[in-house]
Amino acid sequence: MCTMISKTVKIGGSGKGTAGWFTVNQVNVSYDHPFHVPLEHALNIDFVNEALGPGARVAVELNPESANALVETIQAVLKQAEVGGYL
Amino acid sequence: MYTTNMYEGMLAETVMIHGYQGDVINAYFARPLGPGPFPGIVLVHHLPGWDEWYREVTLKFGHHGYAAISPNLYCREGHGTPEDVAAKARAAGGVPDDQAVGDLNGAMQFLRSLPYINDKVGIFGTCSGGRHAFLAACRVKGFDAVVDCWGGRVVVANEDLTPKQPVAPIEYTRDLSCPLLGIFGEEDRSPTPEQVTQHEQELKKQGKTYEFHRYPGAGHGFFYHNRPSYRQEQAVDGWNKVFAFLEKYLI
Repeated sequence: MCTMISKTVKIGGSGKGTAGWFTVNQVNVSYDHPFHVPLEHALNIDFVNEALGPGARVAVELNPESANALVETIQAVLKQAEVGGYL
Repeated sequence: MYTTNMYEGMLAETVMIHGYQGDVINAYFARPLGPGPFPGIVLVHHLPGWDEWYREVTLKFGHHGYAAISPNLYCREGHGTPEDVAAKARAAGGVPDDQAVGDLNGAMQFLRSLPYINDKVGIFGTCSGGRHAFLAACRVKGFDAVVDCWGGRVVVANEDLTPKQPVAPIEYTRDLSCPLLGIFGEEDRSPTPEQVTQHEQELKKQGKTYEFHRYPGAGHGFFYHNRPSYRQEQAVDGWNKVFAFLEKYLI
């Protein structure tokens, strides 16, 4: 059942949903039941804008290995950008 | 039992009911055509939301002769696709227990207000809905049978309690007011077999009427034909046990 493991953080950016691009201002991260990926639990990431309703959501559902790889890759890219003087 | 020479008809539609604190929430409702009397059943959806599987289950109970209602426990999250609404509820850590119990009480009261109910109302839920069903059967009077399918977090360590789930449901076992059927997979991790046994010991201690069935080769959600957790043999037997149990106490 539901693990209820969930965290929310405010962010700034844009996401492309079913109706096109929109401003995302929050990301919801959970390790709980996914809707699509064939796993009992997954690392679910939802980029949302709650002011625009529940449909303003860009979703991904990852297995834990993929989630860790994503985190490491993001950090590596940001580090490279920092070293290159872009940040 | 249905036989091929019977007339069969069903009405199924969205209705509005009064839930927690009088809030108006929507629900999916199905009932056989005819004067009744029919037993009632409240169907409590799971964390993945008020989705197509729960519509199918509502129709399934209608086919089996029940006036069946599945309230949308996520109604206050706004409206959209069931997945988008459920994702919002998931991010929020689910809905408060008090609110869910209030909504389920409202669904039960709705059924009891109907002229064709046989004066018996049960409650059935899966996953978080199994937990909510058990909670409601403990905290609200008026249910005549409860079915908890793999409801996790019935047994909860103190450090895992939250403001929305401030009390472990097992603590309410002494208040359980009707017979309980529990359906569990032996490979489930929430509830674990140890947690199921712990709950069973509490039911025995409190002298409650219950049946627990544990299925080898099955994990969490093994009735869900649209998920890889589906286990055909166990699911068929589990459904048979659900309807046999409800027939015993509601018909």
